[in-house]
Amino acid sequence: MNPTVDQAPTAEAAVDISLQDHLAIEGHDRDLKRAKAENLLEVRNLSTHFFTPDGVVHAVDDVSFTLGYGETLGLVGESGCGKTVTALSISRLVPDPPGKIVSGEILFEGQDVVTLPSDAMRRLRGKEIGFIFQDPVTSLNPTLTIGYQIAEPIRQHMNLPSRAAKDRVVELLSKVGIPRPKDRYGDYPHQFSGGMRQRVMIAIALSCDPKLLLADEPTTALDVTIQAQILELIQRLSEEFKTAVLLITHDLGIAAGMCDHINVMYAGRIVETGTVDQLYENPRMPYSWGLLDSLPRLDDIRGGRLRTIEGLPPLLINMPDACRFNPRCAYTRDICREKEPELTTREDDHEARCWGTQSDGWIP
Amino acid sequence: MTAAPRDPISQENLLDVGGLKVYFPIQSGFLQRTIGSVKAVDGISFEVRRGETLGLVGESGCGKSTTGRAVIRLNRPTAGTVRFDGIDVYALKPNDLRRLRRRMQIIFQDPYSSLDPRMTVNSIISEPIETHNLKKGAAKRERIAELLEIVGLDPRYVNRYPHEFSGGQRQRIGIARALAVEPEFIVCDEPISALDVSIQAQVLNLLTDLRERLGLTYLFIAHDLSVVKHISDRVAVMYLGKLVEIGPPDILYNGPGHPYTRALLSAVPVPDPVTERRRKRVILKGDVPSPVNPPSGCRFHTRCWLYERLGKPENCRTEDPPLRVLQGDHRAACHYAEEALKTDVGVAHVGDRRVRRGTPEAALKFAHRAAAEGLDVPLTEGAAELPPSPAEHDGGPSGEGGPTS
Repeated sequence: MNPTVDQAPTAEAAVDISLQDHLAIEGHDRDLKRAKAENLLEVRNLSTHFFTPDGVVHAVDDVSFTLGYGETLGLVGESGCGKTVTALSISRLVPDPPGKIVSGEILFEGQDVVTLPSDAMRRLRGKEIGFIFQDPVTSLNPTLTIGYQIAEPIRQHMNLPSRAAKDRVVELLSKVGIPRPKDRYGDYPHQFSGGMRQRVMIAIALSCDPKLLLADEPTTALDVTIQAQILELIQRLSEEFKTAVLLITHDLGIAAGMCDHINVMYAGRIVETGTVDQLYENPRMPYSWGLLDSLPRLDDIRGGRLRTIEGLPPLLINMPDACRFNPRCAYTRDICREKEPELTTREDDHEARCWGTQSDGWIP
Repeated sequence: MTAAPRDPISQENLLDVGGLKVYFPIQSGFLQRTIGSVKAVDGISFEVRRGETLGLVGESGCGKSTTGRAVIRLNRPTAGTVRFDGIDVYALKPNDLRRLRRRMQIIFQDPYSSLDPRMTVNSIISEPIETHNLKKGAAKRERIAELLEIVGLDPRYVNRYPHEFSGGQRQRIGIARALAVEPEFIVCDEPISALDVSIQAQVLNLLTDLRERLGLTYLFIAHDLSVVKHISDRVAVMYLGKLVEIGPPDILYNGPGHPYTRALLSAVPVPDPVTERRRKRVILKGDVPSPVNPPSGCRFHTRCWLYERLGKPENCRTEDPPLRVLQGDHRAACHYAEEALKTDVGVAHVGDRRVRRGTPEAALKFAHRAAAEGLDVPLTEGAAELPPSPAEHDGGPSGEGGPTS
């Protein structure tokens, strides 16, 4: 059996060995669990609503998907479509009140996260589930050193002696590509650039060798060249640590490069799901078409008008029983306004929520 | 919208920027002594021709916004000249400056902070009309209604406040405000960066339509190379206060002469999994150096892949490469641009697939256009036998009639 982490040779060989052992045990543990549950994460009929004075906002409505060990799944959609709330629900971080998981199950290695007592949940967060948020500037504490912040989950979850914890932090810093990690250990967040801070966030997320990484728009605040660095880092480390990634992004380009599977979300619903190839080669939902068409892209012939999706996404209050995309859809027929379609299979794992593209539909 | 055929881009320069430098002093201590300066823009020259859209791209902190603000005199330059239609912008007296301001306007990035939350749409758009004494009373009201209609907002909304609008609609208000004085030239400073994908396309289309309808000239500042490729007639790339490359998009995107441009292109995600799998990214090392102490010689040499590949030639460290002509309108500031042109870095993965997938109609239209240009483009499955065309949703014919390369 392989240890989960290929240790880069470091000066502290002794500590390294203890770390190796620790990780080896971890790996063993993991193999046992793998036999128990086929998928790392199984979300079943999840609904998360927000109870506001204006009414109940159906931010996430009856969402189901699975994420295998080591897989990368993309949640794609525009702002307000429920992708972040989905991730927050998985980690049970939905602000309550006003938010509440009203129904559904979230099985993390077969264990329902929704009903988990809060201290058990705390053991899961940071240890089994790591997070990277969009804004590296506000998600680090400006009054604590980088080293302290990375060591925090290690102290909490791994029970390492403080020296070993420090060594692990230095090792993590060098893994995420921060030069002179030993010197930077005691630095504060303001001494780092945006890209470097996002690297620190990644180091924190991976500090306890999680099985699942929730990455919520991890590169939206960064420049393209820095974005390329960070994406490459997430990809490389998730392979190395065999971490599954739930990547939330609005950028179809990033999703194409990073993901195995993609869920397209619209107005709290998954409207299309499939492998990247199915989704980009043969999308079967007018909203996905709209998203793909409205992007100016490098591989396109220049000029002309972009096709747009007219109008705005609906408010998620009092949704009628109708296709939620129908007011913006060019293919709408009566049935779209009368009844909401289910997610139905197109080919293999490829599913779409659309009356028109079903086998008896009117869109070829 | 029935757009009149767009005026051809003239050879006449509407805007001439020569040796522009904008330094911001760094002050420190009790006496606020100047201890250094941020060289935001450090000696750049370019021209914008009447009727064209010049795209200005670069990463944050490269000086592109400072350049945009300096050319319409929102920033004072440290050195250099800006001539607008032959007039020296910095030599103008206040009255003349106001007259000139009517001819050049700006659209800002953030539709949330660029509109005063306490002003109604009506007062936001009337302000420039009143400042320039253009219209009064009923004529003004008519003009405001007309402007709102031009940017695609319902004129009945005039008495609403900015918070009642979505981001895309606010950006339309910002555009209406800029158009209120009938300008010839508009600096668009990242006008779509803060918007959602589908809304971005709406605003981009609006800007394209307005340019054709009103004969506008744009300086279009953005960090997104795909957006700039789509809208620009020429593209200029900035790095750390310098212009590193400028040229027509078809040349610049297919064969960039500057290693930085190539690195940028290699980093842009393309929504196509096959292209993405084939991509070999040039991962630039580290961050952009500080503009307080830019590297000696060529500013990019500290992160340059070509510099490494060529065995670190000395002149990259010692000599600042000037912008020089590579071919026709294509200029780059690199000692070894010819070497860069020999490689396929940054362009290897895009361009040859040329598949556009989306609605069946879009795929087919794209294929026809590509066929007209003699390219071999496979059709999307199902695109060949199209359904009877549904009601066109985006209010106008797409593709045809627009400016192509």
